Amino acid sequence: MDIIDNLILGFSVALTPFTLFLAVVGCFLGTIIGALPGLGPSNGVAILIPITFSLGLDATSALVLMTSVYYGAMYGGRISSILLNIPGDEPALMTTLDGYPMAKQGRAGEALVLSGVASFVGAFLATLGLILLAPVLAEVAYSFGPAEYFALYLLAFCTLGGMSSNNQAKSALAACLGLGISMIGVDNSSGMERFTGGNLHLMDGIDFLVAIVGLFAIAEVFFFIESHGKSSSIGIKLEKVVIPWKSIMETKWVMLRSSLLGFVAGVLPGAGASLGSFMAYMSEKAIAGEKGGFGTGVPKGVAAPEAGNNAAAGGALVPMLTLGVPGSGTTAVLLALLMTLNITPGPTLFAERPEVVWGLIASLLIANVVLLLMNVPMVKIFVRVLQVPPWILLPGVTMVSFVGIYSLSGSYFDLLLMVGFGILGYALRKLDIPTVPVILGILLGSNMEDALRRAMVIADGEFTYLFSSPIAIGLWIAAIVGFVAPMFLRNILKKPQRITD
Amino acid sequence: MMSDRIFGLIVLFVALAYIVGATQIQTSFLSDPVGSKTFPMMIGAIAGLCGLVMMIRPDPDPEWPAGRTFFALLIAVAVLVAYAFALKPFGFIFPTAVAAGVLSYQLSPRAGPAALSGVGLSVGLFIVFKFALGLGLIPFPEGFLG
Repeated sequence: MDIIDNLILGFSVALTPFTLFLAVVGCFLGTIIGALPGLGPSNGVAILIPITFSLGLDATSALVLMTSVYYGAMYGGRISSILLNIPGDEPALMTTLDGYPMAKQGRAGEALVLSGVASFVGAFLATLGLILLAPVLAEVAYSFGPAEYFALYLLAFCTLGGMSSNNQAKSALAACLGLGISMIGVDNSSGMERFTGGNLHLMDGIDFLVAIVGLFAIAEVFFFIESHGKSSSIGIKLEKVVIPWKSIMETKWVMLRSSLLGFVAGVLPGAGASLGSFMAYMSEKAIAGEKGGFGTGVPKGVAAPEAGNNAAAGGALVPMLTLGVPGSGTTAVLLALLMTLNITPGPTLFAERPEVVWGLIASLLIANVVLLLMNVPMVKIFVRVLQVPPWILLPGVTMVSFVGIYSLSGSYFDLLLMVGFGILGYALRKLDIPTVPVILGILLGSNMEDALRRAMVIADGEFTYLFSSPIAIGLWIAAIVGFVAPMFLRNILKKPQRITD
Repeated sequence: MMSDRIFGLIVLFVALAYIVGATQIQTSFLSDPVGSKTFPMMIGAIAGLCGLVMMIRPDPDPEWPAGRTFFALLIAVAVLVAYAFALKPFGFIFPTAVAAGVLSYQLSPRAGPAALSGVGLSVGLFIVFKFALGLGLIPFPEGFLG
């Protein structure tokens, strides 16, 4: 059994005292980051990457730490969703629909524990799915040539834009913006500089970490200033926390179904966790029917999106690790982490660096157990974090972002660029232009161009080579469908709006 | 309506400038069938098209900040830019305290707590970064402590 051997290898990496310590620290930090209103998994992980890099941890340790933060933030996001009605990020939006009404009925403790268990089930099943599916997909990915990779990158941009945005033109524009930025700097193939305007700082291109921290964290600060920190009003008090065995048993099938749906949604490139929690919630709502009372504060309405959300987060790791194509904003940030650590995701990663892949998978399993143990008894501690006033929190986040980027290069130019990206991110989000495709464009731009150019070198400039294999044709069709279909589905699949009181 | 139209127009101009910029890229003796110009020009063309679509089919306007809020945002940007320039010559402690204090004041206009949170964040973060995480930060400008 290959899988057993690999898992043993993974646990031998992940169970050293130091990695275990990092996993616990990461889970704790991650839960706090997820719980803080306005800080979600994407920007939380983003501001920590440069600092982790500056610490000089080796690749496996850094990966363990950051994936623990990632999983932790997915767990923590539910706390502010349920108690404050503020989703930490988009996938957590679905949890507010029933979680907040439950909290208002004085069942906040029940909702928190139940959602913690649902998160555990979703994440655990998704990690199992990852173990089974990733090696298979890695095998398939070996047969991918440059033409297939070009189509795959296109697919990622098309589905990401199609699923997560309300306007196709705007999401395509966002992708072009990212791709355009990634062209800046010295061209890999010819060695000539492009779009630098003779500026020496731009010769190496724009560091994707600068762009990510700017677009996610600094833009968030501007939004907070605009709302004057109003949104983090006093939430609902948390009374005694007991383990609601009855609700857990009642929702066990809901959790299993939602996990499966979420995992599938997460594996689709570009779809990600938002789609996972959305589909899980909507399908359970349909199964329960009118009498189910979804939206009024029922346990099933909390369990479904949380299981779906966390399963999608695990599923999104499958295309990210095997193909190098992230499925969501947060996995895009994790891809940035891998690239910072000089690890190239893709099928060769499984063959050449099994200790990284399986160490990561083992630490996901460990992190998941740690999170469940941490979240049920210690939920009161994390709830206290919500009381940090924004006028301390937001300047703190800004300063951490600055120090992180500054410690990377020590240049004021990167800091200015980061502020610039912050302003850009603010304007884009105001105009309802998604920022995740921008990040994806910056990350994947040069790979996408390389794939195109290598394909053309092989085919000697004959562009029909791009559609010459069944896999490539399939990917092109999927890309076009993924981009066009949501235009027609948008009227049918209306997203539920946030409840306001 | 207007926001999308204006932004679409800006995108169109930037995309055109980008394409013109792409035609200026120098080619080297290392060449391939695609070359270093084609991909940027494709991106520029698609971006321009998106700009046009935004102008033709604009979405409803967002609520832009006005008056005091807009001013607060301007100050925040100015503070961050100044902070970026000040971090190297003035060390970590002073610029961080000032920048964090001003940002804090922007969120909640009370001078006392804002000043406290500025100083507290500055010193606290310095201790965490320098001693717990071992990052090489310089606390004060050179020669400040004699």
